[in-house]
Amino acid sequence: MDLTAISPALLVASLMVAATPLLLAAIGELVVERAGVLNLGVEGMMITGAICGFAISVETGSPYIGLIAAALGGAALSLLFALLTQFALANQVASGLALTLFGLGFSALIGQGYVGLKPPSMGRLSIPGLSDLPFFGRVLFGHDPVLYFGLALTLATWIFLRFTRAGLVLRAVGENHDAAHALGYKVVRIRILAILFGGACAGLGGAYISLVRVPQWTEGMTAGIGWIALALVVFASWKPGGLLLGAYLFGGLTVLQLNLQAAGVAIPVEYLAMSPYLITIVVLVFLSSRRSLTPGSLGRIFHASN
Amino acid sequence: MATPLIDIRGLTKAYPGVVANDDISFAIAPGEVHALLGENGAGKSTLVKMIYGLVRPDSGAMTLSGAPFAPSQPREARESGVAMVFQHFSLFDALNVAENIALGMETPPKMRDLARRIREISHEYGLPLDPDRTVGDLSAGERQRVEIVRCLLQDPKLLIMDEPTSVLTPQEVDILFQTLRQLSAEGTSILYISHKLEEIRALCDEATILRLGKVVGTCVPRDTTARDMAEMMVGTALTPPARAGQAPGDVALEVDGLSLRSPSQFGTSLKDLRFTVRQGEILGIGGVAGNGQDELLGALSGELRAARDAVRLAGAPIGHLGPEARRKRGLLTAPEERLGHAAAPDMSLMENALLTGAARKTLAPRGLINWRGARVFAEDIIARFDVRTPGPLSAARALSGGNLQKFVIGREVLQAPEVLVVNQPTWGVDAAAAAAIRQALLDLAKNGAAILCISQDLDELMEIADRFGALNEGRLSEIRPAAGLTVKEIGLMMGGAHGMEVAHAEA
Repeated sequence: MDLTAISPALLVASLMVAATPLLLAAIGELVVERAGVLNLGVEGMMITGAICGFAISVETGSPYIGLIAAALGGAALSLLFALLTQFALANQVASGLALTLFGLGFSALIGQGYVGLKPPSMGRLSIPGLSDLPFFGRVLFGHDPVLYFGLALTLATWIFLRFTRAGLVLRAVGENHDAAHALGYKVVRIRILAILFGGACAGLGGAYISLVRVPQWTEGMTAGIGWIALALVVFASWKPGGLLLGAYLFGGLTVLQLNLQAAGVAIPVEYLAMSPYLITIVVLVFLSSRRSLTPGSLGRIFHASN
Repeated sequence: MATPLIDIRGLTKAYPGVVANDDISFAIAPGEVHALLGENGAGKSTLVKMIYGLVRPDSGAMTLSGAPFAPSQPREARESGVAMVFQHFSLFDALNVAENIALGMETPPKMRDLARRIREISHEYGLPLDPDRTVGDLSAGERQRVEIVRCLLQDPKLLIMDEPTSVLTPQEVDILFQTLRQLSAEGTSILYISHKLEEIRALCDEATILRLGKVVGTCVPRDTTARDMAEMMVGTALTPPARAGQAPGDVALEVDGLSLRSPSQFGTSLKDLRFTVRQGEILGIGGVAGNGQDELLGALSGELRAARDAVRLAGAPIGHLGPEARRKRGLLTAPEERLGHAAAPDMSLMENALLTGAARKTLAPRGLINWRGARVFAEDIIARFDVRTPGPLSAARALSGGNLQKFVIGREVLQAPEVLVVNQPTWGVDAAAAAAIRQALLDLAKNGAAILCISQDLDELMEIADRFGALNEGRLSEIRPAAGLTVKEIGLMMGGAHGMEVAHAEA
């Protein structure tokens, strides 16, 4: 085996790329869960975003219009979840699982005509001088715009939750919806907005996979990243900072196992491929003892007359 | 007479099947402390929800300082100067004091200014508060302060207090009353909702009494006896339960060095409890909610396992046994929280009777259910405890709180326990049903059972208990004979003012 074949700069750069869909989907789900809603449909919204973004990009020739379409597609699917859980008062776990299954099937249907096509590519940031710096140039200044958008969104979410009144109200709704209602806050409206935001973020994350990371369309190509994003929110204890850390950790694992395979390390491929999922399970077991960090009303159905 | 602060004329609100408020009228003058008195279900909550904009009246009108007042949501009520302290605190455990207060304000100042204002106001009214503490870690009295300070920051003209003293020790009640008198002297009107008559006599200038949604009388509490007010509230003359003084028998239940970690994060661990209950005796355990009551009940029922010798039933160690084994030996329990802990809400009364009665009533011999026997048992409970229900096939959820409570207590009493442990036996039950439940407990004790009654209602414990002890932060006070205990002594046994600084000037 030859570990020198692994270039540190490329490794870190591709780690950031691998982490981005995870980060986008998870930051959306974090906001949803802080509002007290558990949407297990992240995987379904991601794959819907992936095909919407891919199809519209191919048809219009613009990756940016594709990204907007992906966000709209994810949000549209999450609206279905919002109607089910906020108006029909359906069980959130069952509705979320249904959303995932529906999204996987629906995207496969739409995607039939797009297999084997290549989407228009998105330019990379290029700042003369900076982008040419050794190592840092490639790692910090040589990415596509969506990656920077993901980082900015994470920072913005942190500021929103921590310092703004709207963020405080959203946390209050997630913490104790009955008390928030008694104070006159619109629990259902706030939750629907949070769910739509979560859907748009998941859709964007999905499109990042089909347009940037693996620029092609394959059925079921999100391959469980939505589920890891869900676990990541718990891993991060519902805090944006922890989310960034976790996304890069999981992104790093994915990239490392690919690189180690390429370098011919004598570990069976299967172990490496399952490592992110294994770590997710271990982390969930350890974190389950820290329940008090969980938003108090998470997953509970709100009805104004109670 | 000057313009009243708030004038309520003919408010009516009907829900399907019940008229919650029927043509309610009264007025409150500026600076007046007005009591709203009535039993559970008399319509007090619906009335204040209309004043606070949470519920819209079907008909009737209100004026505030002479101007028409019809809030369609709490925000409008708050803007007009109406503030409310809720009975079940509307606080957010995971947020800190300042964040909780900001959520209740229309235009909160910057967090730093708000923290300073909280310190100022809370000291001015003798309710010191640290704005940076997480609300989940506060005691019940301190949590109530958060609510009150939240209201005071908005300079309310009318402050509504819904059963504010049910979670306070007598010393904490004194602090609260001083604050309320100070507010009233400054011209703030207070609408004080309670069914504790002595408190109303001590604090209020006027009282309006509700029964079944109607105003049945008004009075000046200072000049009216508690007994007269109670009779107006209930509508019939009340007979206090009869107690038979008798010498207690052998030790039935002995708890010796019971320590137990609470399984829940915000629970209270039990610390080295020691007490005995003799046959024919009722031991009352008081204390503010959340000081280990739930854990004590769990340790006695068998839901939580303790050391083998920490709990003894008639001399035999049972600390390690589960609930079913303890039931077989004659230790029965009736937990609080009727829906979910004491009864399965969606199962019928017959099934609920079977769930705890199976062993002692042999309703499931050889593992097969004897439905006929279960039905007879359930019908027996319904008949003997006057449970108002269509029949044993009704779901537990369909019963009113008082009726289900009668059923839950009756189910255990009719199994002829050696030892019965009850937690909050009359919580949320109207006065007539409460009297019936207390009488049933006294009768059971008379027939030789040992009873442990955990309750936050001190009047109830003084009425039925032979001896009294109090839980405070998981420790049990010294146990003393109930007869002759003063309110002050009881308060000190409950932990006094819980270390909360009394900032009222010593004047």
